[in-house]
Amino acid sequence: MNFFLSLFNAMPGAVTQGMLWGIMAIGVYITYRILDVADLTVDGSLATGGAVCVMLMRAGWNPWISLLCAFLAGVLAGLCTGLLHTRCGIPAILAGILTQLALYSVNLRIMGGKANQPIGVDKYDLLVSQRYVRELTLNNPIPLVILVLAVLTGLLYWFFGTEYGSSLRATGANQNMARAQGINTKSGITFGLMLANGMVALAGGLLAQYQGAVDVNMGRGAIVIGLAAVIIGEVLLGKVFRNFALKLTAVVIGAVIYYMVIQLVLQLGLNTNDLKLLTALVVALFLAIPYWKTVVLPRKKEV
Amino acid sequence: MLELKNISKTFNAGTVNQKVALNGLNLTMAEGEFVTVIGGNGAGKSTMLNAIAGVFPVDTGKITIDGVDVTNLAEYKRAKYIGRVFQDPMMGTAATMQIEENLALAARRGKPRTLRPGITKADREFYREQLKILDLGLEDRMTTKVGLLSGGQRQALTLLMATLQQPKLLLLDEHTAALDPKTAAKVLDATQRIVDRSHLTTMMITHNMRDAITYGNRLIMMYEGHVVVDVRGEEKKNLTVEQLLNLFSKASGSDEADDKLLLS
Ligand SMILES: Nc1ncnc2c1ncn2[C@@H]1O[C@H](COP(=O)(O)OP(=O)(O)OP(=O)(O)O)[C@@H](O)[C@H]1O
Ligand SMILES: [Mg+2]
Repeated sequence: MNFFLSLFNAMPGAVTQGMLWGIMAIGVYITYRILDVADLTVDGSLATGGAVCVMLMRAGWNPWISLLCAFLAGVLAGLCTGLLHTRCGIPAILAGILTQLALYSVNLRIMGGKANQPIGVDKYDLLVSQRYVRELTLNNPIPLVILVLAVLTGLLYWFFGTEYGSSLRATGANQNMARAQGINTKSGITFGLMLANGMVALAGGLLAQYQGAVDVNMGRGAIVIGLAAVIIGEVLLGKVFRNFALKLTAVVIGAVIYYMVIQLVLQLGLNTNDLKLLTALVVALFLAIPYWKTVVLPRKKEV
Repeated sequence: MLELKNISKTFNAGTVNQKVALNGLNLTMAEGEFVTVIGGNGAGKSTMLNAIAGVFPVDTGKITIDGVDVTNLAEYKRAKYIGRVFQDPMMGTAATMQIEENLALAARRGKPRTLRPGITKADREFYREQLKILDLGLEDRMTTKVGLLSGGQRQALTLLMATLQQPKLLLLDEHTAALDPKTAAKVLDATQRIVDRSHLTTMMITHNMRDAITYGNRLIMMYEGHVVVDVRGEEKKNLTVEQLLNLFSKASGSDEADDKLLLS
């Protein structure tokens, strides 16, 4: 009974954290699923977003403006990876790793040389805070997070339906075709990386506020959590959620489920230190399943 | 319309895999000409088309399309002038996107891509009319993902996409080679109709001698990276497959017509 009670008590926190990571996972979805690029920049740009947002707020800036700046910082990080990849001919994965590594130093500089910078809920006007997650008051972060998610999903739904947005989808689907139809695939991929890392940094800004601190290591393994969210969402809801906005929602639901499961296994007594191992195993398994299907089962025939 | 001047292209230059694919290629095409291109495997036919389309830069020479020097123009910029259909049916369309979305992408070829909606109601009606030309019933499946179509349907769609925005030049690289004979005939038929309708300047590579003679109003044969035979008009119409093989053996300097090489 005690077990279920504490699990129940932990759920609002897990759901909120899941939704915040869901914003980040939407960024991963843009690169991994739409552009067909595995972008490892995110491990660095998440903390960049957190660092920019926290430091600006500590300097007295408005939280929304700080969040916008976090987004723009992520856009810049994406631009770096994009240029390294498309203009310097560096494979996308390596370009992402390079930017991620560089961002570690950059993030430390933003954070004034410290690996951790607090942003206390008592001293600052935080948009979202862990403290109120179980309170039925206006301070509860859940409505605001849902609102942010709804606005972002709406904007992305609109954007990827436009002429330019469609050209990005075409670039991810078939670069040969895209170029033959006059689409500048290099600038498209760069733009996609900028947009995705902007989303990730935005999530970082909100996460740092939620946790009450930014940590230079907060993004470690973020790409894997993002992939986990994308894949869980697809496996569970891919068959029913066909519309693009619903697909993005599935990603967020995937992230929420991920954090609910994590909460569950932690309550069951799993050591926190083993969490990343478990996550990596689960993601590896889900990435392997589609491949195994093509090896074991005969190829699906064309209609 | 198209002018290729002294084009050369060597792949993997300076390595053991060095391969001269185009060697002093010269070719001029007039507006409205429909040229069929034949030649053995490795003669440089695809390389010529790819050089025109800008898939890679050429080593020497100059490429002019409708008076514009495109030699150093990026592939995506050249696409403004060029419609293309590839040999591989997978290559010309985006499998994960719908038929109408693919057409919408093609409709913007050579035009700026803005933040306006990708497809409007009026567009949809236009695409439906265009799809009817193919006579494959695709007009009733506009929201189907292209990945679910057969190879022939995809090639026909790619053909339509290549010509939705009228190109100055239509490049077809063995676009029916991967299809069964019946489907190939259908796609070729659609090709003829679309080319005729807008008097498109067209270049079509084929390994089928009969098709090379039947279609178009000029025929060229390539060998070792340049044009060795060039016939047009009445002379082309009256060609027989046998004569073609003879022409080939004469041009390539071998005694016997290696028709395996030519026909494959
Ligand atoms: N990207 C490339 N890298 C290296 N070599 C290439 C490349 N493309 C073509 N080649 C070589 O250039 C030569 C000409 O090739 P090309 O594809 O133009 O021949 P083709 O006339 O189209 O032949 P086929 O009838 O077999 O399609 C071949 O020897 C080929 O191996
Ligand atoms: Mg070829």
